[in-house]
Amino acid sequence: MTATLFFVQVLNGLQLGVLLFLIAAGLTLVFGVMDFINLAHGVQYMLGAYLAVAFYGVVGNFLFALIMALLASLAFGLLLEFLVFRHLYERDHLDQVIATFGIILFLNHAVRMVWGAAPLTLPMPDAFTGSVLLAPGQLYPVWRLVIIASGIAVAGGLYLLVTHTRIGMLVRAGATNARMVSALGVNIKRLFMIVFGFGTMLAGFAGVMIAPIISVEPGMGTNILILAFVVIVIGGIGSIRGAFVAALLIGLVDTLGRSFSIDVLRLVMAPSPARTVGPAIASILIYVLMAIVLFLRPAGLFPARGR
Amino acid sequence: MMTGAAAIAAGGAGSARQPRNAALPAVIFAIFALMPAFAALTAQHYLVDTGTRIIVYAVAAVALDLLVGYGGLISFGQAAFIGLGAYAVGILSAAGIGDALVSLPVAIAVSMAFAWITGVVCIRTKGVYFIMITLAFGQMVYFLATSLAPYGGDNGLTIDARNTIAGWPVLKNDTAFYYFAFLCLLATYLLCRALIASRFGRVLRGTKENATRMAAIGFTVQRFQLIAYVIAGGIGGVSGFLLANSTEFVAPAYMAWQQSGELIVMVILGGVGTLDGAIVGSAVYLLAEEWLSGLTENWQVIFGPFLVLVVLFARGGLIGFCARLRLRHG
Repeated sequence: MTATLFFVQVLNGLQLGVLLFLIAAGLTLVFGVMDFINLAHGVQYMLGAYLAVAFYGVVGNFLFALIMALLASLAFGLLLEFLVFRHLYERDHLDQVIATFGIILFLNHAVRMVWGAAPLTLPMPDAFTGSVLLAPGQLYPVWRLVIIASGIAVAGGLYLLVTHTRIGMLVRAGATNARMVSALGVNIKRLFMIVFGFGTMLAGFAGVMIAPIISVEPGMGTNILILAFVVIVIGGIGSIRGAFVAALLIGLVDTLGRSFSIDVLRLVMAPSPARTVGPAIASILIYVLMAIVLFLRPAGLFPARGR
Repeated sequence: MMTGAAAIAAGGAGSARQPRNAALPAVIFAIFALMPAFAALTAQHYLVDTGTRIIVYAVAAVALDLLVGYGGLISFGQAAFIGLGAYAVGILSAAGIGDALVSLPVAIAVSMAFAWITGVVCIRTKGVYFIMITLAFGQMVYFLATSLAPYGGDNGLTIDARNTIAGWPVLKNDTAFYYFAFLCLLATYLLCRALIASRFGRVLRGTKENATRMAAIGFTVQRFQLIAYVIAGGIGGVSGFLLANSTEFVAPAYMAWQQSGELIVMVILGGVGTLDGAIVGSAVYLLAEEWLSGLTENWQVIFGPFLVLVVLFARGGLIGFCARLRLRHG
């Protein structure tokens, strides 16, 4: 376990963390402001990646594909909101779970029908295909650094948006008490729609950014959705700041756990059992973390007030 | 988490205010009881397999409905108990112990013990946090099972033969196994009905309607919730016992979070807070899966929108929908 390897894994952890943040930000806002459990948030991330591949196939330009995929994600999110979600805001959490579960089933398999079950790839933009030399003999792909930078930029932008603009103020007020905000004369339906569309677009953005380094396939949104839920629950539902901290925490814990669990276990047990137990422990780590956080703070690290 | 008005609306769609149709469970169980005879008459033996599958999941779904519909505890980890029960059967069988008199009690005990330990932590949280922490514990068991290298790890493990009952290999016969599972479902159903009708059940329903008020009256709300959670876990273990025996195979996939999601879908699809709905829901879900997958490979493309439509237009699930249809037409 050299220092450079450790540093590389920390970067990988950060990259997973900002990716989770991009997805969790929309999820926690939709959850916090509208009290709406959107299980379909993960398939919107998948859809972003697919749309980018499709648009890239048309024009062959990454930036153009990115912009078009974002717009299409936004349009699709608003369409879903209009057709399904707005009828469910007043409903039980259970109704929301089953309806969005239905949307997951539909989209996962609709994507399979349109683009096939085989994994697709999205080429990176030429300017970022290279690697940087972190230490002698230790290269690191530039694109991963781009993901980290863009995630942090989005986080900064969101921070400004939420804390320093009128719409951000309404969002914060909505996360604390949506009913009161509505009573004060704010068009809450429009606010909901804006928040929802924006959240969808962020998930789509995450999907486009990660597409060049993973394979784009049906079901790619399902596991990341669970991680995003873990993030928003640890962070405290409705809190962007909580989502950011928790996303980086989960990204680092998960990545470092997977990289070093076997090495750490070898210190206390034989190599062979360490190789089988290690990955299991690494997979469990984030759930243990969540259980501990919820045991100590049943409403997450940064609970939104008034809930 | 849920505002007052929403809670009342949810309660209205649920059990307490819906007139219960006493004939429905009789019809359901009569259909299940006669099914093998029908399958034999029409020479459609696969119906017995399908029926067994439905019953196995219905057992777990009824227990989940006890939690969700009567306790307001939305558990996203019910599949973990199925898995624990199944692995109890698998591991005992690998150790040469293949009798139901041992493995069924062990399956129940292991599931209840796990429910007790994790329940103490889960019950402290409310609403969505409860959903997520039950999911977390489910995931922990799932990943633990994938690392059980001596018992197949990711690939799972095959069981040599179905359990015997006191040395008598009666469950080898598919029809006999079907009726054994049927009795388990009947026992589960009657147990849950009795629980709900008892003082315990009334307190549990009270905690769903208004936990603060129940606490103010002097009930230790968390103790009642924990007991309900442990009971539901134990019944999940029974379901796992049946699943392992019917497929003669155990795998971590039994406790993937999607399985827990499917169980919740079954409960809501049928009608939450009715117990009957859990059985109807599992039957409709599994039959729809079988029928639609015969039509198209991507059957979920049809089933997904169907679920959305059920939520939008059939509040109270299929049972609630039918009850309203009957009211409208006299």
